[in-house]
Amino acid sequence: MVVAPPEYSVPEALKKENLRQADYDEICRRLGRAPNRAELGMFGVMWSEHCCYRNSRPLLQGFPTTGPRILVGPGENAGVVDLGEGQRLAFKIESHNHPSAVEPFQGAATGVGGILRDIFTMGARPIALLNALRFGPLEDERNVGLMEGVVAGIAHYGNCVGVPTVGGEVAFDPSYSGNPLVNAMALGLMETEEIVCSGAEGVGHPVVYVGSTTGRDGMGGASFASAELTDASLDDRPAVQVGDPFLEKGLIEACLDAFKSGDVVAAQDMGAAGLTCSCSEMAAKGGLGIELDLDKVPAREAGMTPYEFLLSESQERMLFVVKPGCEQALMERFTRWGLQAAVVGRVLQENVVRVLQNGAVAAEVPASALADDTPINHHDLLSEPPAEIQAHWRWREADLPAATAAGITPAGGAFAGQSLGWGPVLRALLDDPTIASKRWVFRQYDHQVQANTVLPPGGGDAAVVRLRPQLGQGSLEAATRGVAAVVDCPNRWVALDPERGGMAAVAEAARNLSCVGAEPLAVTDNLNFPSPETPTGYWQLALACRGLSAACSALETPVTGGNVSLYNETRRPDGSMQPIHPTPVVGMVGLVHDLSQVRGLAWREAGDLIWLLGAPLETGAAAAGVDGTATAGPDPRVGLAGSSYLERLHGQVTGRPPEIDLALEKTVQAFLRQAIADGLVASAHDLSDGGLAVAAAEASIASGLGAHLELPAGAVRLDRLLFAEGGARILVSVPPAQTAAWQQALDQAAASGRPVPAQCLGVVEADPELSITQAGTSLLREDLEPLRQAFEQAIPRRIGAAVPPTH
Amino acid sequence: MTLGVVVFPGSNCDRDVQWAAQGCLGIATRFLWHEERDLSGLGAVVIPGGFSYGDYLRCGAIARFAPLLQEVAAFAERGGRVLGICNGFQVLTEMGLLPGALTRNEKLHFLCEPARLRVEPGACAWLQGYASGEEVTFPIAHGEGRYQIDPDQLQALEDNGQVVLRYSRNPNGSVGDVAGLTNAAGNVLGLMPHPERACDPATGGIDGRRLLASLLG
Repeated sequence: MVVAPPEYSVPEALKKENLRQADYDEICRRLGRAPNRAELGMFGVMWSEHCCYRNSRPLLQGFPTTGPRILVGPGENAGVVDLGEGQRLAFKIESHNHPSAVEPFQGAATGVGGILRDIFTMGARPIALLNALRFGPLEDERNVGLMEGVVAGIAHYGNCVGVPTVGGEVAFDPSYSGNPLVNAMALGLMETEEIVCSGAEGVGHPVVYVGSTTGRDGMGGASFASAELTDASLDDRPAVQVGDPFLEKGLIEACLDAFKSGDVVAAQDMGAAGLTCSCSEMAAKGGLGIELDLDKVPAREAGMTPYEFLLSESQERMLFVVKPGCEQALMERFTRWGLQAAVVGRVLQENVVRVLQNGAVAAEVPASALADDTPINHHDLLSEPPAEIQAHWRWREADLPAATAAGITPAGGAFAGQSLGWGPVLRALLDDPTIASKRWVFRQYDHQVQANTVLPPGGGDAAVVRLRPQLGQGSLEAATRGVAAVVDCPNRWVALDPERGGMAAVAEAARNLSCVGAEPLAVTDNLNFPSPETPTGYWQLALACRGLSAACSALETPVTGGNVSLYNETRRPDGSMQPIHPTPVVGMVGLVHDLSQVRGLAWREAGDLIWLLGAPLETGAAAAGVDGTATAGPDPRVGLAGSSYLERLHGQVTGRPPEIDLALEKTVQAFLRQAIADGLVASAHDLSDGGLAVAAAEASIASGLGAHLELPAGAVRLDRLLFAEGGARILVSVPPAQTAAWQQALDQAAASGRPVPAQCLGVVEADPELSITQAGTSLLREDLEPLRQAFEQAIPRRIGAAVPPTH
Repeated sequence: MTLGVVVFPGSNCDRDVQWAAQGCLGIATRFLWHEERDLSGLGAVVIPGGFSYGDYLRCGAIARFAPLLQEVAAFAERGGRVLGICNGFQVLTEMGLLPGALTRNEKLHFLCEPARLRVEPGACAWLQGYASGEEVTFPIAHGEGRYQIDPDQLQALEDNGQVVLRYSRNPNGSVGDVAGLTNAAGNVLGLMPHPERACDPATGGIDGRRLLASLLG
């Protein structure tokens, strides 16, 4: 269609808004005229990947999203699950990657603030925070600076706002240099009768703005977050907002108080795309319109244009639709906390977002034109894996140098040509910052505030928080139930096989929850990927989603929402792109029925027997299958391909990660949860990076107790036995007094047609020493102290920080 | 016996103190909003942890002007028992109820972890449940807990037996390993560690119980 050209330069404006010419043509078609500059800005943010998933939406539709416990699935500010006994949990994960890359402290801090608002907007009081972080190697001081800034930012916001940061994960890889990942997840316990939704209701109802003032900070953050990072990105620092956790603290209290009054009809926090997004989402979801008078919006500075008002991402702001006549009482709840509150508009019958300034219409766009039928970027999916991936998949374990009882001599990597015993190999793995203790990080987070943290960071495979409300009924009684939460992503596996990697992320999250004794309930996911506009990029995204979907379906943990962060890549000075490892972070929540049965990862008592659940250690050419019968060849569910061992010791990130046996995962996890509930298990820790030897070392370091393991004799590579990853494996310790009951449980499982592979490998010992033997030959014999030293000092020593030992 | 718990807009351990005192130990509590002035019927007052008014200026620097704290100061001068935990300790020093100041931790990081403390109860009413020289574990959770005072004044505090809590392993650079101080009369106690986080066996140790239980007489 032909429309009169606008008064601004269209190509320049489209570039600034990260829109295409086709988008512009579509906007003109929808409006029947050219958009003015402010309106174009509104489309720019609403049609960004960050707000409308224009690249990933078709892929996200494959996720299972319903289940008996799911009360709110994708589409609202957060997902909500039913915990039974009248308790409901809201939870969500969100990324703040690009802001953290250019301004790590405020970028990370406001990421925390934003995810908290998603939770309390629903009527839930935030009870826990977790985060998933990725950085480049700490040998580069820029990465150290980014990590220090991000951790300090998370600490600043979470500690001040009074929500405990109870867990998370941190991993390192060169692909994240310059493009760190900062994903924050929050959990909240519903305090209101009704779940507060965002769809506007009631023509003529007042629209009330509460919280902080609107300033010029965070201009265009959503568009900024949807483009790749370059050196020039540092000039985009104004696109990073500044957070005020003290205001957010008051906002939490005032909002929950306001919601409980019943005067609030709908609520939407102002996150990405600020006023634009909140108005259009509320209008579109309610099938109504909103009129917004900018002259009434509390402003931080004078002379702001409509464009600036509409696109500001100033923090700690919310928009409500309120019952008529209740505005004054409602606003007083906010001014009591020193917050702004103002009636800024009203709900319209007509489905339009109309913005007024100085009495004139500054922008007027049909809400559905902004928020519904947003454009989709279609991409062709490669019919077979990219050539570089296929090359990786041709790698075989047999390509590695021989592994003998004495050790191995790596042919490449940092240890090339050095003859290493298995003890030094284990120490090198414990010194890998991705595997090592994250105490330097989590001691900066207040993980105890609210007085409900049952399992602190580092204490178990998942964080556990008691379900005791902060106020009202039950707040002064000792609750016996809890919620467990975890974030996971084996990014190296995803990089080598996105489908298996995606499945593994879900499987590991569920396994971690099961290890503390929690029943996995539901997932929130954060898809951190490079550009989807390359064939490989889109293939990674599509296959990872396929893997996530399959695993979430199999493990019955529906996806209730999440976040997509694309274009995570940096332009090198030579113009080529460095994409990150595709990183679909899975945040999973679980229910702990009885807090007295929560299990940590540390051994408990000398004399307890150590069992391996999951794919058994192989004995040679024949390996035991799931049903206990012998199958030919090595078990495809475990291996060194894509392992920490292969990377750290041999300098290679290659191979095809092992097959994910979701049926085995489900069986093993269910068995473990029942065994924990029955009091048969003293500790549980899943095998992850570094495999069996690292898991055993971690359980020893955490407890101060030693362990002796005896590996089955056979012709299998020793490094495969010690360090292979995969196979739904869990290391548990069983008190001698429970051995008979444990054996009986295994027998019963087999008899009922759900056999659980289990091997008794050894015993917990009082002597602080880890020893591993095979057929009487010693493979590894290490004092705990040097192991602890490697594990605890790996991160501090690389960044020149002093962290006192734990013992 | 009712324990008053001061609530600033940025307090975040107020409900934790209530849980420890009332939920775990059965001591009645009443929240005191910072704009109030009514302390009637209270046997003691706690200024809990948090960030009073955001603490962007200096921890506790604005809080000392709160209407409520003027009453708390008078309450303390009358011999009423006042406990300042973490931010509360910072506020007590700003109010002048305790000497010295608390500055950024030596390594500048916020630290949250268990701390071993040595108790020298002396005349401090809050610590009479502890033996002289006893070691206890309370968690710390602060970014600005480095106690500072000039050497002469520190010596005077030592001589008076007012340094009632000391770190076994100094986490933050405090002079004299000071973790907690009492006033000369012994009715006011300020400490950086969190005794209320050591009252519930479900979430940690219980070394802090005796501190709050001292209110039960």
